[in-house]
Amino acid sequence: MPFHIPQEEEYKDYAVVMKGIVKQFPKVLANDNVDLYIKRGEIHAIVGENGAGKSTLMNQLYGLYNADAGKILINGKEIAIDNPKDAIAVGIGMVHQHFMLVGPLSVAENIVLGDEPTKKFNLFDLKRARREVKKISEEYGLKVDVDAKIEDISVGTQQRVEILKTLFRGADILILDEPTAVLTPQETEELFVVLRNLQNDGKTIIFITHKLNEVIAVSNNVTVMRGGKVTGQIPTKETSTRELANMMVGREVLLRVEKEKKEAGEKVLEVQDLKVNDNRDLPAVKGVSFDIRKGEILGIAGVAGNGQSELEDALTGLRKKIAGTVTFNGVDISTATPRDIREAGMSHIAADRYKYAMVKEFTVAYNIALGRHYKQPFADGGFLNHRKINAISKELVKKFDVRPPEIQLSAENLSGGNQQKMVVAREFDYNPLCMVVSQPTRGLDIGAIEFIHSTILDLRQEDVAILLISMELEEILSLSDRILVMYEGQIMGEVTPDEVTMEELGLMMAGSTLEEARSEADE
Amino acid sequence: MNKKQWMRVAIPIISIIISLLIASIIIIWIGEGSFTDRIDFLVEAYTQLIKGAFGNKTAVMNTIIKMTPLILTGLAVGFGFRAGVFNIGAEGQMAMGALTATIFAVNAASLPSFIAIPLTMIVGMLAGAVWAGIAGFLKATTGAHEVISTIMLNWIAYNITNWAVTGPFNAGGGIPKSPEIASSAKLPNLLTSQASFMSFGILIAITAAVVMYIILYKTSMGYEVKAVGFNPFAAEYGGINVSKNIIVTMAISGALAGLAGTLEATGLYYRFYGTLSSGKGFDGISIALIGQNNPFGILAASLLIGALRTGSNQMQFAGVPKHIVMIIQSIIIFLVAAERMVMTIMGWNKKKGAK
Repeated sequence: MPFHIPQEEEYKDYAVVMKGIVKQFPKVLANDNVDLYIKRGEIHAIVGENGAGKSTLMNQLYGLYNADAGKILINGKEIAIDNPKDAIAVGIGMVHQHFMLVGPLSVAENIVLGDEPTKKFNLFDLKRARREVKKISEEYGLKVDVDAKIEDISVGTQQRVEILKTLFRGADILILDEPTAVLTPQETEELFVVLRNLQNDGKTIIFITHKLNEVIAVSNNVTVMRGGKVTGQIPTKETSTRELANMMVGREVLLRVEKEKKEAGEKVLEVQDLKVNDNRDLPAVKGVSFDIRKGEILGIAGVAGNGQSELEDALTGLRKKIAGTVTFNGVDISTATPRDIREAGMSHIAADRYKYAMVKEFTVAYNIALGRHYKQPFADGGFLNHRKINAISKELVKKFDVRPPEIQLSAENLSGGNQQKMVVAREFDYNPLCMVVSQPTRGLDIGAIEFIHSTILDLRQEDVAILLISMELEEILSLSDRILVMYEGQIMGEVTPDEVTMEELGLMMAGSTLEEARSEADE
Repeated sequence: MNKKQWMRVAIPIISIIISLLIASIIIIWIGEGSFTDRIDFLVEAYTQLIKGAFGNKTAVMNTIIKMTPLILTGLAVGFGFRAGVFNIGAEGQMAMGALTATIFAVNAASLPSFIAIPLTMIVGMLAGAVWAGIAGFLKATTGAHEVISTIMLNWIAYNITNWAVTGPFNAGGGIPKSPEIASSAKLPNLLTSQASFMSFGILIAITAAVVMYIILYKTSMGYEVKAVGFNPFAAEYGGINVSKNIIVTMAISGALAGLAGTLEATGLYYRFYGTLSSGKGFDGISIALIGQNNPFGILAASLLIGALRTGSNQMQFAGVPKHIVMIIQSIIIFLVAAERMVMTIMGWNKKKGAK
């Protein structure tokens, strides 16, 4: 049965109908006559690459943007949603990609924030807040510790708090913007259980994502968007990840990278008993040892916050090493500065793109020069060589397909995927001996992920030693030659991708050894 | 020129126009007689203001004399802003520069001018650089915020310079002032008119602006300063030594302020009065703001403020209190600082949802 396009008299059965939505931004037509039909009580996935217009569409439904044309019907009634207040009033709730929570406040306080119960003299009634939050959390089976501080709980629990916040405000229609981007596989599974429970309670759920296996796992219907237009509406049962991917990208895509066999060469990076502290000066990396050879990809798997980012920073010189030695190409770089390390031939794709890997106010050309801005060919005797900077940038932007290909544009005006391509282009152009690559595809769409994966494999082909740190298990499994699993600052074990399953890897990330994971997975 | 750069020019200019309009309303309001009388009064006030600033050779010279230190303190503060440091201490650095340069210049009689003049400037700049460098060093090593430390250093400088000109370095005669500097260290005059004179300090200030422009836009050093100012984390990731850049930026900033003080001492007063700076260091903050931290913007802003202040005396003869100029200046700064307001007034605030 194909997707049913409802007639006007059926709109009353639909939680959301958006008809002919047009949204023009200064340079892009973000939504071009978009129709969206969401039946009451369904889980509806909206998929599309970055910049396809999914978030723009949802932001209009939530009143954050106003449409240039088109109408919105909620439960069959046409209404104007000018701001989030209007949206909340008709029962729409939104969980944003970046959580809007107050760290030092408790779960209960965060949930009632903006709509706090009060007692005499308009004072905040914490007791009632706790009671009401407990009640709602039990009602929907969303377990939380109401007194825990937000900053002390996991990202997955924080997301649960965000969902509770919308329910507390009486939401019947929940919009979740890329809810799984920050979750571990296990947390994602838990989220899906929560979503199904909410569906059983009669809630309608709109789920924005670009992870297609999630769409298949949890949704009833899918709307696919590309370039601001709807390119597919289909019941989930009747489609596959491959078909969805093709609708998203508009061409055939490789879902799994093809890796050539390759013998690893000599040792390039050797880490001995490395210890690193975190920002609070507590041990984060508790004595790890490993080495990487030429033409080899060493994957580091782990749940966020188990020492990977501290390891990344320590290797690249951004964080002090407490103990241990790091030998790179025969030279001890244990106390070297980031510049020394770069000079020695290590480049770095940082996990936090906005904080570390780029200066968003700088132009694309200046970002390409970052790290080499003081030496040939980018500079000559202390003066920048703008001609060379521009020429090299133009070439790289073309080679790495950064769009738009305007090197004088501020980097902040590029989409996330194109910013990452710019970063990859720069770090690639170092001609490194070794590259530390951390979360290289976080927040990117299929097309960009495919591109970055093949770039990493090209580097491997060119005999570069690569350390790949990623929370995406699939990425680790498909790219790595060897995998180390990190848990609480230690390495739980080393495996190769063909001897381990995703499930076993997931269990090792939760603190099991390979043997324990194997036996548990068998049960 | 892209849109963002265009806005950087447009916002100060529109702020100036708006502030002049508001000042006009005030002048019309305080005027007397019929409406046409009041309009005449307004025209007269502005005519006198312009005449007072540019009407004759002496007026032009006075405007230039006023703008010279403003250029340098504006550059000092603006350069600091570029690296993300807020140098509130230009006042103290200027005073320390002037005092040290004067001490040197008083004893420079044995040197020929072509050595004494540049050496005096270097001494003044070094003193300013050291004074600001202390704050930079404290920020880079201990994290002490430069706003606090430069304010404190202002007070220390204030007391040291006052003590110097009332005590060991007093020329006598009741007024706290230093002895006159050696004539070989005095800056030659560029223009003279009747009793007034103007040294070639303005040329040095303009040169400083050009040099700052080149550093900021053409050199790796400027690239590093801006990277540190925009995003110190990314700067560090790119192999830039953030601490070193903060110290160097503060030192350069202080050197510029020290040069401002030196030029006042060697080109205008030929000695050091304890109260020499009289707020010109703080004016640098306003100038940097109006000039949007761009060296040429700072030149234009200094000319504007210098002209307003010079012209205000003449305007007072027309019966308009000179404080109106303070109001104009304050409204400009207010609007530039609150640039969103200007954008709202001009209807440039894009509808929400614009990328």
